[in-house]
Amino acid sequence: MDWHDWLLFLHVGSVFVFGMALVAFWGAVIAGLRPAGGDPEALALTIARPANVLVAVGSIGSLAFGVWLAIDLDEYHPWDGWIVASLVLWAVAVGVGGLAARAFQSALGREAAEASVLRQRGTLFQTASTLAYVAILVLMIFKPGA
Amino acid sequence: MGALLVAATVLVAAWRRSDAREVTALTRFGLLTLLVGVLPAYVLMRVGAEWIASKEGFGDNDPDWIGVGYTTADLGAILILVSLVLGGIGLRQLRRGARERLVIGRIVGAITLILLAGYAVAVWAMSATPGG
Repeated sequence: MDWHDWLLFLHVGSVFVFGMALVAFWGAVIAGLRPAGGDPEALALTIARPANVLVAVGSIGSLAFGVWLAIDLDEYHPWDGWIVASLVLWAVAVGVGGLAARAFQSALGREAAEASVLRQRGTLFQTASTLAYVAILVLMIFKPGA
Repeated sequence: MGALLVAATVLVAAWRRSDAREVTALTRFGLLTLLVGVLPAYVLMRVGAEWIASKEGFGDNDPDWIGVGYTTADLGAILILVSLVLGGIGLRQLRRGARERLVIGRIVGAITLILLAGYAVAVWAMSATPGG
């Protein structure tokens, strides 16, 4: 294994971690909606706690190692269309994901009606973040224009 | 892996709680996640992997990293099957009103952690392609 193989592993590994965190956040959303007998908010927070760490590691790692790879490999450049589009989508996924987290956190301890509106908003942001992530995967796999 | 992470998180969290109601809720959610999250995701992964492997046309000369993928996937299938059977028994116990710390939840929690470690190795093999 050479240096590029390790760089690719760190990039793909980070993308996996990012994806795992997104799925875990959906688990937290579902846990918060469907009480399984206990306190749904406590259950959602239990799931979200490791996901918060993983989303930070995965998102920063995928960006840093991805850009590093694009600079390091002769066949790709950071200014290639599909890479620029991926960078924009990465910013959308992270930014909107942050808004989702803020909406869900604001819902904690609020009255039912108010909390419901905030959770709906959070779910909408979470959906947008997930779609942006999936779009990045499509770009990374098919590399249009490369 | 995301669904596994959810299952592992709540099952491990259940070990550390003392409130019976909380332990029951966490264990139930973890076991249900295995059924509705981990199993469909595994099937999707396995079908997709076979599809791309046949499309790439490696035939009988699979590179080492594909061998690592098959090994972790097949061992993972056995562990997921064991977890699902144990999970089914655990859910039945919970429905019957078992409120004590469920040993089955702990066993399944440990299996999910082993699966996560195994799939981390698979991700390494698929991305770094050693011997490829």
